[in-house]
Amino acid sequence: MGEVKVIGGWFSPFVKRVEMALKMKGVEYEYIEVDVVNKSPLLLQHNPIHKKVPVLLHDGKSIVESAVILEYIDEVWEGPNILPKDPYERAMARFWANFIDEKCAPATRKALWSRGEEREKAVEEATQGLKILESEVKGKKFFGGDQIGYVDIIGCFLAYWFPIVDQVVGLHLFTQDKFPSLCKWADELCDNEFIKECLPDKERLVDRVRGHSQAPRSL
Amino acid sequence: MEKSNKGVKLVGFWVSPFVQRVKWGMKLKGIEYDYIEEDIFNKSPLLSQLNPLTGKVPVLVHDGNPLPESAIILEYLDERWPHAPLLPLDPYERAQARFWARFVEEKILESTRLAALRSEGEIQEREVKLAIEHLEKMEEKLGGKSRFFFGDDTIGYVDLMMGFVAYILPVWEEITAVRILDAARFPNLAAWKNNFLNHPVIKDDLPSKDEMLTYFQWRRKVNLKKI
Repeated sequence: MGEVKVIGGWFSPFVKRVEMALKMKGVEYEYIEVDVVNKSPLLLQHNPIHKKVPVLLHDGKSIVESAVILEYIDEVWEGPNILPKDPYERAMARFWANFIDEKCAPATRKALWSRGEEREKAVEEATQGLKILESEVKGKKFFGGDQIGYVDIIGCFLAYWFPIVDQVVGLHLFTQDKFPSLCKWADELCDNEFIKECLPDKERLVDRVRGHSQAPRSL
Repeated sequence: MEKSNKGVKLVGFWVSPFVQRVKWGMKLKGIEYDYIEEDIFNKSPLLSQLNPLTGKVPVLVHDGNPLPESAIILEYLDERWPHAPLLPLDPYERAQARFWARFVEEKILESTRLAALRSEGEIQEREVKLAIEHLEKMEEKLGGKSRFFFGDDTIGYVDLMMGFVAYILPVWEEITAVRILDAARFPNLAAWKNNFLNHPVIKDDLPSKDEMLTYFQWRRKVNLKKI
C-alpha cells in the first residue's frame, strides 16, 4: 500500500496522534526525527506553509495537520475505524476534536505557561473546557465508545502530556477529585497497546519541560 | 399532534458568512430546508438549546439532531447527500481541501476580519500585511489554471469557505478604506471571485450590499468602542 514516512518530533503529541492511527491500522512506516526548533530542510520542503510537524509522506506526497492526516489514514487504509461510520456521529466526532484543539489546547497551554492575570483567566477557561469533556466522557470507556476513536487520539495530549506538565509546573489542575471520569479515561487510553507504544518516555518529557520552565514555549 | 422532527432546519443570522456557506452548500445539493433567522444580539432559548457549547450560528438540525460549525456541517451534508460532492473524491485531494479550508479559516478570515473590524493604526497595518501574505498562498494555489479551487467547473468546499472573500471583503475594504484584494496583484483570485459571484447558485443568494455596509460599519464602531 505504498511507502509511508512520518516526519516528527519525539515529544510532540500531534506527531504521536499520527503514529497511533497508523499503528491502529497496522500500517508500517518509517519515522524520521527532525529538528523542529531549527526547522530542518526536510520540514521546509514538505510543509512550506506552516513549517511544522507532523508530516505524513505517502508515496512521496505530503499531508500535514494532524487532524487532516488522521482522516486521510482512516480513508486510505483498512482496519478498525478511527472515525465512526454514521455521518452524524462522524460530524460530532469532528466537533469534539475541534473543541479539544480550538478551545482546550490553547487554554491548557496558557494555563501551564502564562503568569498572573493571564494565567488566572486561562485556568478558568481550561477548567471550563475540562468540565465539558468530563461530562461528555462520563459513563463511557472512551469518547469513541467501547473502542478508541478519533476524539480519543486527538485528546490524548490531555491524557498523557498535560498531567505530566501539570505536575511539573505545580498547577495541579488535572486531578482525580476534579475530573474523575477524565482521569479514568486517561488511564484506559494510556493502557491501550497501540497508544502505549507511542507515548514518549515520561522522564525525558519531564526533563524537556523543566528545561522549558526557564523559557516557556509551547509543548 | 406532535410536530415531526423530520427534515432539515438551519438556524442562522442574515449577514454571517458561516451561515451563508451552509446555505450555498444546501442549494448546490438541492436540499430543502426551513430557515430560522436568529438575532444573535438577542439570542433565543432555541439557540442555547441547540448549541449549548458556543451558542453560535449556524446550527443545522437534521431529523432533530443539531450540528454546529459551518465546516463540519458542509462535510456532513456531503456525507448524507453524496450527489453533487463538495469535497473531492480522492483521499489525497480531500486532505488538500481540508488543509486549505483550515488555512482559509485560521489565517485569511482571522487577519481580514481583524483588519476590517477590530483594529486601526499599526495593528491594522500589520493585519492587512498578513492578510495579503496569506492570500498570496491562495493565489498560488489557483495558479491561473482552474476556475475554482478543486474542480474546474464546480464550486466546492474550499470555494465555499473562501466565499466571504468574494462578497464580504469588498464591503470591509470600503468601510476601512484599505485595499487587500487588489486585482492587479491577485489576477487569479480576481478571476475566481468573478466566476464565483456569477455562479447561478451564488449570485441570487447574497445579502444586500447596503445592508452589509451599514451593519459592518456599526460593528467596527462597537469593536473600537467608538459608540
